[in-house]
Amino acid sequence: MLFSENFRVALRALRANKMRSMLTILGIVIGVATVVSLLAIGEGATADITSQIQSGGSNLLVVSPGKQQKGARFTGQSHQLSYLYYVDYQMLERGLTGNISAVVPIYQSSYTVKFGDDSFNAATVGVLEDYQDVRSFEIAEGRFITDGDNDSQALVAVLGKTVAEELFGVLSPLGKTLSINGVKFQVVGVLEAKGASFGSPDDSILIPLETGYNKLFGETAIFNGKKVVNNIFVSVETTETMDTVSAQIEFMIRRSHSLEPSDELDFYVQSQSDTLETLNSVTQTLTIFLGAIAGISLLVGGIGIMNIMLVSVTERTKEIGLRKAVGATKNQILTQFLIETVTLSLLGGVLGILLGVLMAAVFTVTGLITSVITADSVLMAFSFALMIGIFFGIYPAFRAAELHPMEALRYE
Amino acid sequence: MIQMEELTKIYQMGDNEVRALNGASFTIEKGEIVAIMGPSGSGKSTVMSIIGCLDVPSGGRYMLAGMAVENMDDSQLAEIRGRKIGFVFQQFNLLARTSALENVMLPLTYAGISGRERQARALKALERVGLSDRTHHAPNELSGGQQQRVAIARAIVNEPAILLADEPTGALDSRTGVEIMDLFQSLHRENGQTVIVVTHDSYVARHTDRIIKLSDGMVVSDEPNPDPIRAGAPRPAEKL
Repeated sequence: MLFSENFRVALRALRANKMRSMLTILGIVIGVATVVSLLAIGEGATADITSQIQSGGSNLLVVSPGKQQKGARFTGQSHQLSYLYYVDYQMLERGLTGNISAVVPIYQSSYTVKFGDDSFNAATVGVLEDYQDVRSFEIAEGRFITDGDNDSQALVAVLGKTVAEELFGVLSPLGKTLSINGVKFQVVGVLEAKGASFGSPDDSILIPLETGYNKLFGETAIFNGKKVVNNIFVSVETTETMDTVSAQIEFMIRRSHSLEPSDELDFYVQSQSDTLETLNSVTQTLTIFLGAIAGISLLVGGIGIMNIMLVSVTERTKEIGLRKAVGATKNQILTQFLIETVTLSLLGGVLGILLGVLMAAVFTVTGLITSVITADSVLMAFSFALMIGIFFGIYPAFRAAELHPMEALRYE
Repeated sequence: MIQMEELTKIYQMGDNEVRALNGASFTIEKGEIVAIMGPSGSGKSTVMSIIGCLDVPSGGRYMLAGMAVENMDDSQLAEIRGRKIGFVFQQFNLLARTSALENVMLPLTYAGISGRERQARALKALERVGLSDRTHHAPNELSGGQQQRVAIARAIVNEPAILLADEPTGALDSRTGVEIMDLFQSLHRENGQTVIVVTHDSYVARHTDRIIKLSDGMVVSDEPNPDPIRAGAPRPAEKL
């Protein structure tokens, strides 16, 4: 008996109980739709993060204090015991060779920011003029911090978009004076929004680094009599020299921190591609986790199908007996019922993929989450549905095949 | 054609053994039309399922067209059922929502006959039972008699050695029942078809040339019926 005939017989049997067939495959439909849409969201998030990090400049090396820990890099200022110092920056600035376009240290801390009666906490970041290029920040209005501001320790601030909106609403903040931890700063610029992503300046206030050390940060930014920095950004002109530059940085800071060759580094150098890798591994873990949850609903759907197929085998006992009487072998009966289950689950798979694509599209269109459907995820969901069909179809099909022909014919 | 020697069949019902057949022996030759009769519990259903290779005997020998059936495995039995036996059941057992033509084609499908030939042979079988104009009707669009004719077409489509009918008129009114018996008789007369009718109804049995009576799992009489009723003749009054 050919596959196509089995398939026709299966479709007829499923059509005979339309409502039941639909309800049966609902579990698979929901499971597959969840898998497809969750994978699409995961894929979309990864693509989002990738493009945002790359927009931050792909030739960037970031030096951070402490030991490098996989997966735990974005916890912000952790209570590390090691520090990077302003003198490290000065040494890198003087000593690095190989198409270095800029070296910028930053120091950041959170303070209460006030304008009129409004107050809230914002990260205040001490920066240099080159920071704008290094991080590819765009100016929405006004200007960025300049070297002149830094040299004269001017009390000026550049606001992230969110901070500007929180404090000033629709008014232009330019020229206004706000107070950071009681110190008055004049707003000279506002940055374009960069979106809620890694390293976004939207929630920050930027001030000249020297101003910060002398008028705002106080003792907390001094350790062992040396000015502390949080990160040092090194922007390299060509990606080819990144590795050698990175090695130079390690060598120089190691010497500056008087580390023995056998000592572990108390700082680490990260490139954007490292960052990307880590973030991707995080989103991947998340995607797998969500996928596993969706997989459970597929499993439940499969059990539902098995249940209904067992009922169907019982109901059609007489039909099975008749088929055996006119010459069907056990294998032919087994194949017939297996194909019926697989047809059910594949139908559920196809509907589920359509629903999943639709859901992903709705997420994207409504701007909730960007989602990207990949052929891989569709293929995976489809083959998953197929496997569920075969796995949960075997037992009912086996029951049908094993029926005794005479008893099956007599069954009422 | 059929040789039964000392057939026994024992069913296990919980702790009890039920002897459905207790040493039944008979022979049926090619081209005969025979009735197997007996009250319920006599073992006639068991004999039918063994003749039809739906079941195997517990003991004794069953030769069908020179082949020993008692030792065959499931797929060999399935092949014999498909090629050598044509079944007709009391309840017709047609597939619902399936046209008469497709119902008749079913045994050919399992016998691995190609699509085109299948259809031609099924149409011929339907013509033989007088249903050429009902080929695309589903069972629920046919009368009981027509459904049983479709079932007979399905039974003869593979040109089986034996046409095996189990109470074929049991679900029909008496007039339609007579038409079905007439069809069996004409298949026997015109095509030399071997026909075995299993029934408890002596009037139905008397349409055949020979009547084997079973009781308690044994053959109690096996006699020719020298003057079989020609179907369509008026039914005589029952003797009380």
